[in-house]
Amino acid sequence: MSWDSDTRARAEEIIVRYPQRRSAVMPLLYLAMAADGKLTDEGMREVAEHTGMTPAQVYSVASFYSMYKRELGEHLVSVCRSVSCHLLGGDDVLAAVVDETGIRPGQTGAITVEAVECVGACGGAPAVQVDYELVEGVSPAQARALCRWLLDERPGFVIGDDLQARFGGQRSFDWGPAEPVGALGPVPAFEPYGTTGGGA
Amino acid sequence: MTDSILFARMEAHPADSHTLARYEATGGYAALRKALAMPPEEVIAEVKASNIRGRGGAGFPTGVKWGFLPPDIRPRYLVVNADESEPGTFKDRQLLERDPHQLVEGIVISAYALDVEHAFVYVRGEYPRPARRLQRAVDEARAAGYLGRDVLGTGRNIEITVHLGAGAYICGEETALLNSLEGKRGEPRIKPPFPAIAGLYAKPTIVNNVETLSNVPWIVANGGAAYDAIGPEGSRGTRLFSLSGHVERPGNYEIVMGMSWRDLIFGLGGGIRSGKQLKCWIPGGASAPWFVPALHLDEPVTIDDTGRLGSMLGSGAVVVMDETTNVVAAALSVVRFFAHESCGECTPCREGTSWLQRILERILGGAGRPADLDLLLDVSDNISPGLRWPPAMTTICPLGPSVVSPITSIMSHFRDEVAAMIPGAVTAGV
Ligand SMILES: Cc1cc2nc3c(=O)[nH]c(=O)nc-3n(C[C@H](O)[C@H](O)[C@H](O)COP(=O)(O)O)c2cc1C
Ligand code: SF4
Ligand code: FES
Repeated sequence: MSWDSDTRARAEEIIVRYPQRRSAVMPLLYLAMAADGKLTDEGMREVAEHTGMTPAQVYSVASFYSMYKRELGEHLVSVCRSVSCHLLGGDDVLAAVVDETGIRPGQTGAITVEAVECVGACGGAPAVQVDYELVEGVSPAQARALCRWLLDERPGFVIGDDLQARFGGQRSFDWGPAEPVGALGPVPAFEPYGTTGGGA
Repeated sequence: MTDSILFARMEAHPADSHTLARYEATGGYAALRKALAMPPEEVIAEVKASNIRGRGGAGFPTGVKWGFLPPDIRPRYLVVNADESEPGTFKDRQLLERDPHQLVEGIVISAYALDVEHAFVYVRGEYPRPARRLQRAVDEARAAGYLGRDVLGTGRNIEITVHLGAGAYICGEETALLNSLEGKRGEPRIKPPFPAIAGLYAKPTIVNNVETLSNVPWIVANGGAAYDAIGPEGSRGTRLFSLSGHVERPGNYEIVMGMSWRDLIFGLGGGIRSGKQLKCWIPGGASAPWFVPALHLDEPVTIDDTGRLGSMLGSGAVVVMDETTNVVAAALSVVRFFAHESCGECTPCREGTSWLQRILERILGGAGRPADLDLLLDVSDNISPGLRWPPAMTTICPLGPSVVSPITSIMSHFRDEVAAMIPGAVTAGV
């Protein structure tokens, strides 16, 4: 499906931020994912057209990075397995997520589950991200509750501060005031590729 | 003398340290006004005089790097490295979320000094919240005239683009980052040429870390000499350390370098959790060889002392492990990270990292062979010949040799423990 006028307008808004069109390929890939819920061949063709690249070049770039995904559920749960989280029980958190959802790392059911490397929350280990919104200091029991909530409530968006309050514990540092901005799905919530809007 | 440069505002004003109103009310953008009244070369001279060394990992003197720009080629670019992905590191996230204007002011001052019109901040894709805070600060600064066309009426144009990565640690390496920003795969380039000569779009480019540039407003406001008066020679200024692992009080700490590891881990960090003993720690991120209490606890935390002792301060990530830690499992976590993040361009890195991962996995699974002890070091030696420090390079970038650090660490400090996990292997103690 080709992009609607709103998506095309967002694409142009992104492209003017760079001296060369090709530099916009990464944000446009996010835009394509936000439009389709995952990275599709059509999405990559649109990105190619807007950046002046060939679809093969766009595919080659997209396949290099782990956050451009061809298969995605409604939400993405990423559990950190790097060393600081490993030391504080990250393996148990991952096991709890897999057990609660029945979804193995790298697999997609109603949601997608993955084991990832350090997400920069090592002082609040073990760390989990939902649609790249961070939750720190997550116990296995909290990880289960988080997954149940995602599967049972099927929230249309997630807000980092809410996730942290409901399912998190020790943080790496004081986050400061809450901000009412959330992710609409498994694409980083950064304008203009899709957030719940607002701002603090 | 000051102990807090970077964190002072957020500690005094936790509710709104990220806003323009608070930033201006606490003296923000005064350094920019001061800089704009100076000739650019004088601003560069202050940064040189500060003797600040880069906080991204390599510790290269910032003023010296700035001096490498060829005088007559335009445009020049400034690229801020906010890809922070080295396991154990979370300091730049705090700067971006809690005091983004400090970075924005540092960028604008630096761009003015370096005659740059377009700066980029490459933020890792897993940091949408820090990126949102930064983007809002950029927008606020532009609306207030600190950024954009005709900055504060000087006729200078300075723009900042916030760019999100997409999940690749290697894009923290500066030339991989530049390829990524050009819309290519994030594979490192062969150096030379260095970015200062041919960087973004083959134009002269300065790449600096978030923390490095966040210090620039203070340096300009107080003078390079004042910064140079803080801390020991070779490690001037304050520095952020990310403490994690089995410490009582994990978090980011801003310290004047020169204190001992004991003061950092047991003083600031509150010691080891649950009354356990300290077994070892990683002094500077996953790439750094590990330290042990018997040899290193009373050594000073400085760039040069840590290098002399065979490791590095790197990204300032201190990962603490207690006596219950299975060092093979911990090393595997680090090795798997590098195996996962190898870009695959160089054979020793691509093959060596996953080979080491497989050996550690079988030792951990109880299926290790006695010969694996030598094999770990042989494979490491193929990636980094001679197993020297700093490592010999057979690869395009330093990621390859980094995987050797956890291996040599467990083999020099905990060889018996590794051997004890291998059926039939002989431990020195037996
Ligand atoms: C594999 C690898 C990963 C790196 N990751 C980062 C990073 O995430 N952030 C960073 O600032 N520097 C990182 N660096 C260092 C950069 O290449 C570069 O030296 C640094 O950004 C320069 O800034 P500075 O002089 O202000 O330290 C990395 C280097 C390597 C080899
Ligand atoms: S050393 Fe590894 S990460 Fe670096 S360029 Fe070579 S293959 Fe890529
Ligand atoms: S090691 Fe898990 S967040 Fe850094």
